[in-house]
Amino acid sequence: MSTGQSAATGAPLLEASGIVKSYGHVEALRGADFTVHAGEVVALIGDNGAGKSTLTKILSGVQRPDGGTIRLDGVPVAFDRVEQAREAGIETVHQDLALCAQLTPAANFFLGREVLRGGLLGRLGFLDHKAMRDRARAECERLGIRLKSDTVPVSTLSGGQRQGVAVARAVTWARRVVFMDEPTAALGVVQTGRVLDLIRRVRDTGVAVVLISHNMQDVKAVSDRIEVLRLGARVARFDTARVSMEELVAAMTGATSEAMTDAMATAAEEATGEPPRAAGPTRTDTPTRADGPPRADGPTRADGSTRVDGAGRDERGAAAREEER
Amino acid sequence: MSVEAGEPMAAQVGGLRGRAVLDRVAGSQVVWIALVLAAMLVAFGALRPHSFATSFNLLNMVGDAAILLLLAVGMTFVIITSGIDLSVGGVLVFSAVTAAKAMEAVGAESGTALWVGPLVAVATGLAWGVLNGFVVAYGRIPALIVTLGTLGMSLGGALLITGGVDMRASSRLNLGLGLDKFLGVPEIVWISAAVTVALAVLLAQCRFGRHTYAIGSNTEAARHAGVRVERQLVKVYGLAGLLAGLAGYLSLAKYGITGVSAHSTDNLQAIAAVVIGGTSLFGGAGTVIGTVIGVFIPAVLQNGFQILGVKPFWQQVVVGAVLIVAVYLDQWRRRAGDH
Repeated sequence: MSTGQSAATGAPLLEASGIVKSYGHVEALRGADFTVHAGEVVALIGDNGAGKSTLTKILSGVQRPDGGTIRLDGVPVAFDRVEQAREAGIETVHQDLALCAQLTPAANFFLGREVLRGGLLGRLGFLDHKAMRDRARAECERLGIRLKSDTVPVSTLSGGQRQGVAVARAVTWARRVVFMDEPTAALGVVQTGRVLDLIRRVRDTGVAVVLISHNMQDVKAVSDRIEVLRLGARVARFDTARVSMEELVAAMTGATSEAMTDAMATAAEEATGEPPRAAGPTRTDTPTRADGPPRADGPTRADGSTRVDGAGRDERGAAAREEER
Repeated sequence: MSVEAGEPMAAQVGGLRGRAVLDRVAGSQVVWIALVLAAMLVAFGALRPHSFATSFNLLNMVGDAAILLLLAVGMTFVIITSGIDLSVGGVLVFSAVTAAKAMEAVGAESGTALWVGPLVAVATGLAWGVLNGFVVAYGRIPALIVTLGTLGMSLGGALLITGGVDMRASSRLNLGLGLDKFLGVPEIVWISAAVTVALAVLLAQCRFGRHTYAIGSNTEAARHAGVRVERQLVKVYGLAGLLAGLAGYLSLAKYGITGVSAHSTDNLQAIAAVVIGGTSLFGGAGTVIGTVIGVFIPAVLQNGFQILGVKPFWQQVVVGAVLIVAVYLDQWRRRAGDH
């Protein structure tokens, strides 16, 4: 918003604006915006509790927002269930992989959209095991994922192979957007490289990839654009090629790119754990929305730890604190 | 039919290579359990060839096991979803009572009663099962508690309806379906076997079964993949109830009475059979064929001990031990599966 520019031009493929979501009295999203264009890799970054996972869940139909609009190809949509997002061509690789450990890779691949046999047997719900196995194997091979056996349960596969199955499943079915929540978190160097390659290949097919990651190396390596969430709202957008690591960290932690010294100060606060909350300067360029509802506390950190406090230096956060007292 | 159960599995496993083969054979509880059952049959047969290994004795045994088998097959589906159904014995009795009442109402010895009875029994069982499923799926109350509650409700309800006095089946039912044989095998066994085969296919080959496994394996993953988890749970508990209703009708036919106080441990017997048969109490894994074997191990033990003159109480002791070993094997296999 305040910094950076959008790389892609033309109408966005998926656009969320003003998304609000609360869990009890904790506001996870406070008017969050998000934009994805076709054929780009967008990294969605932010500190813990910034609202990345919540936003992902809302855009993939797992949860319903309390407010705000989602536009797909410019048309407002409301995803009440996962199926609706999937029918719209949106798939997600969840951080916990969301695989059924006792089922085979092929069974996981086709879970919820099983291929049935032809004729009467199909109408009775009989599965076409062979068709599903062949297709799952073919898709995995196409993406360079090799499974030593496709008749064993997923629980017997290595972490990298499981990741491969989860990613392959999502990109096979995605026609428009794939959300990948920390897809490399459990992987070694080589496997991480493969997943990043996979992301590029998916993008090259015209499908948009949204990468949610804490790993700034991965983000810098693979993304075209970066959108930064902080305290439940988008605070910055960058072209990956034109942004420095310092600027990213500054945006995530609440300092602005124009005032890098503040970022250093924030880092220092985090190190000492002594945030100067009352002394926080009022800023006119703070990215959070002035018209947003008052925040009860940091989205996930109810213990008032340093990050929340550091981030809470924006004027509205401080005002909310004053109200509470 | 239970003896050969392990062999197709073993043959299928033979098609794979190397360590995977060993892992799967060792990890497949069905194979072990089938071997145990086979060994028991051989041992009892060798010790008492003229009393144990006779078609009369074996048919008797199968006939006794047929009704428990229906309960255990329904329980298999429920446990694969990582649920439990403690209410099956109560639902069986309640269904038998409503069937007997309905048959009485239309004229116990009439031809009409012979189709009203099973219809009412099955519908009653289904209703209890759907109630279980609704409360478990939408009420988010643990299945253990829900079905413990409906166990009490159904048993108590049956006692209220009958006034605590067992109702008798019509002689036409008791002497008909209760005794009739087809190709030398009791009709009740045929019915139970046909239902079991159909449900084994449903579990292993159909989408219904696939979704049942998925829910027990990882409920959230199933939901994210688009499986209608709540609806599927209602169907699974409904199926278990329906089978308990059918079992109630067959029990009424076979024993001639509603047996209001004879089924309080049916649930535990069914759960034991399912678990001995290799179905994981943690959900996501299990087979109907394993359950069939799991039903017959206690049945063969009881029958064999009686014929050998061993005190029948030993059967309870041995089945208890087998149950613990079965769960230990399951846990061991799970640890082997996780890295």
